[in-house]
Amino acid sequence: MATTLTVNGTAHQVDLPDDVPLLWVLRDALGLTGTKYGCGVAACGACTVQIDGEAARSCQVALADVWGQVTTIEGLGTPAALHAVQAAWVEHQVAQCGYCQSGQIMQAATLLAATPDPTDEDIDTALSGNLCRCGTYPRIRAAVHAAAANLRGA
Amino acid sequence: MANWGKIARRSFLIGSAAVAGGVAFGVYQYRRELPNPLQPGVGEATLNPWIIINQDGVTLVAARAEMGQGVYTTLPALVAEELDVAWEDVRVIHGPAAQAYYNGGLMSHALPATDYDRTGFQEVMIEAMTVLPKMIGLQVTGGSTSTLDAYEKLRQAGATAREVLKQAAADRLGLPRGSLETRDGRVIAPGGIELSYTDLAVEAAAIDPPRSVELRPRSQWRYLGQSMPRLDMVEKVTGAAEFAIDVRMPDMRFATVRMTPRLGGEMLSFDATAAEAMPGVDRVIDLGTGIAVVASNTWLAMQAADAVEIEWGPAPYPETSEEMLDIIRAALDEAPNSTLRDEGDIDRMEIDPADRVIEAEYTVPWLAHATMEPMSAAAHHTGDRLEIWAGSQAPGFAEARAAEAVGLDADQVSCHVTYLGGGFGRRGESDFIVLAARVAQAVQGTPVQVTWSREEDMRHDFYRPAAAARMRGVLRNGFAHALEGRVAAPSVTRQAMARMTGSAPPGPDKGHVEGMFNQPYAIPNYRVTGHLADLAVPVGFWRSVGNSFNGFFMESFIDEMAIAGGRDPLGFRLDLAEREHAPTAGVLRAVAEMSGWAADRPEGTGMGVAMTHSFHTPVAVVVEVQQQDRDIVLTRAWIACDVGTALDPSIVEAQMVGGLYFGLSAAMMEEISFAGGEVQQVNFPDFDALRIHQAPRVEVRILETQAHLSGVGEPATPPSMPALANAIYDLTGERIRDLPLNRRVRFVV
Ligand code: FES
Ligand code: FES
Repeated sequence: MATTLTVNGTAHQVDLPDDVPLLWVLRDALGLTGTKYGCGVAACGACTVQIDGEAARSCQVALADVWGQVTTIEGLGTPAALHAVQAAWVEHQVAQCGYCQSGQIMQAATLLAATPDPTDEDIDTALSGNLCRCGTYPRIRAAVHAAAANLRGA
Repeated sequence: MANWGKIARRSFLIGSAAVAGGVAFGVYQYRRELPNPLQPGVGEATLNPWIIINQDGVTLVAARAEMGQGVYTTLPALVAEELDVAWEDVRVIHGPAAQAYYNGGLMSHALPATDYDRTGFQEVMIEAMTVLPKMIGLQVTGGSTSTLDAYEKLRQAGATAREVLKQAAADRLGLPRGSLETRDGRVIAPGGIELSYTDLAVEAAAIDPPRSVELRPRSQWRYLGQSMPRLDMVEKVTGAAEFAIDVRMPDMRFATVRMTPRLGGEMLSFDATAAEAMPGVDRVIDLGTGIAVVASNTWLAMQAADAVEIEWGPAPYPETSEEMLDIIRAALDEAPNSTLRDEGDIDRMEIDPADRVIEAEYTVPWLAHATMEPMSAAAHHTGDRLEIWAGSQAPGFAEARAAEAVGLDADQVSCHVTYLGGGFGRRGESDFIVLAARVAQAVQGTPVQVTWSREEDMRHDFYRPAAAARMRGVLRNGFAHALEGRVAAPSVTRQAMARMTGSAPPGPDKGHVEGMFNQPYAIPNYRVTGHLADLAVPVGFWRSVGNSFNGFFMESFIDEMAIAGGRDPLGFRLDLAEREHAPTAGVLRAVAEMSGWAADRPEGTGMGVAMTHSFHTPVAVVVEVQQQDRDIVLTRAWIACDVGTALDPSIVEAQMVGGLYFGLSAAMMEEISFAGGEVQQVNFPDFDALRIHQAPRVEVRILETQAHLSGVGEPATPPSMPALANAIYDLTGERIRDLPLNRRVRFVV
């Protein structure tokens, strides 16, 4: 039985069982590999996407439970047209290995949509579920502030 | 100074093989140019193994694994600096696994002597030893050696290519080469004539390059010494960067493995009936010591793997970490494997009644690498060829091991190196690549993506070994008069070398005692012995290797000595360093100034200092902690390092901060333990790392007083751990000698 799933504005017919987590639907069925697998138990944030604008751990959302339109890192912006958060990430040269960064960016974009001028504490609270083994945290904080300033000015 | 003469009489762990190899291969073979592995297509040209030019522009080959440390930026910058191409036009690829990309820098760590006081003779020895990596094509990313190895080599590659491009233009225009200049991918002739490199490349490839060209002095650098925009950044913030786990091909199937949790043990039997009945599961493969499941998606493969009923044989090592630690501790009293530093006379020195003698024992636990991307590799076996896509720190070895495993010749196997979602030493191993190759062989003709679950990854690592130390020190008038250190752990070098080359090198294991025997401290009686514990638990290179435990042992104990002598811990170290190694004294002074070390500390605040000289780089760290309610918070940290030449300051800074956090994570909360022969930790909830709200603010100062270029990826890790333990002592008065610290204190969570 096919499920209809809208990802980055495109509707897909997905022919997978209801209980397959959204993460694996994106990665293995739709080929959208920007969303990463890190733990599968909601402990690392690498799989973070937005569902109707809300940050969600896609490893924890079963296909049948997806409640709205999905936005992944590929839909947030593209190399030719970066989202403000992605542009700030480039400006502050945040990524090291880069594996956690899709999740960090999706979480940060969600934070800024609700909190246009976050404090360091707001950032720490919002991103504490997003693990980075490479230790890019100081640049993440700086980039979130820069993106916030840009978005407010725009 | 370490006694070179004494050391030279002993056999070398790696050195002897290398020097003997030099004789065996002969000077001719060593000097011989290695073949260029790049095969240009139509209209393409390759001027040497690092440069491809075609109609689209210039592509540079990094040949080292990009695992976050910035080699896809710094290595191309070395070539581009001399080649004269515009930064926005530079493209970078990893390139194939090939002998031409050997890492000669690895041998810079092989000499069993301290490296801060090398003599000319030692430099010659090291030079001679680069023969080994060259001969066996040791293409390895590790040991913080990538830039060290590349610094001359890649600038020469850029410079000689530039000269042949100029020669091609000179021939075409009938002008002398000396009248031409180069800029942004073009040769410029008098009168405003410009010829692009893409236009000249095919002709240039036919010209014999000059053997060597004078390199530009630092004063003329445009890219080096600057913080360049990383070439991998845009891909990594848009989800476009391809990691091994992301490789997708038409008709690809998805697999996972479940191997024996008793590492090195056997699989006695398994029943896959339930798993094979699950819709979407193609098949369950018997891998001898475990199974693989191939399915229509990764999640299903993981579910099915869990559904296989398996009976495992026992592990070839004791069942619990407590028993293992007893074996490690007992090794402290056995004959040493190494005595790489033995100054003064520890056994016969006189001890005055006024001297203060202190003793202490320390331990550290096993640690997992826990790279953010779990182990994964894609593979496609088509009968007479095997293509592999993997994040490998050693692709040449990976190809050889995979070929062996599936019964092909090494030249029938290609390993394409993708981005690595973290390496930290884990991806120098080939186990995950071999398993992917075997799964691909079983489903021959079908490309397969083999992804490990996090649980599988954490429980099947080559762990940083648990280790123990017994330290003894003598203080005379507040100065360090003697220091004796004994270190015991299983040997990483022996195990890892045996896996890579088939045999464990004999002789003293330098990696086992690095971070303790080779510290630039002037202590009149200074002896360090290494004791190898025999345990069959898989161990491997973990960011900073032996320094990761010896840094903690040494710098915790130096702190204890300072305090026992009534001295300021930073001033005590400065005394020891000043008389031995100026750059080390320099980083200590810098970190004192940055942190306001001398100022009074407010109530409820503690500060700790530590310094480790590793990978040729002295790094001093100060960590500040505060008691906030019942929790300890890491508020600030300061790092000073002397890297000789900072090729890219932004990348150096990122590596220092990342290295610090990596060590702090381990010191605070990380531990792998065993029960019933199985690793007890399965996922991030029980093996976590520093989170953003726990991460201290960090200030980094990069000094460049050393004459040589030195490592940046690892050396901030060792001093971070003792600096934190010392800060906690300063705050609470409690000396914690066993990691992780959260067994004894509460950190903010
Ligand atoms: S993979 Fe979903 S939170 Fe880690
Ligand atoms: S950049 Fe490597 S895990 Fe965050």
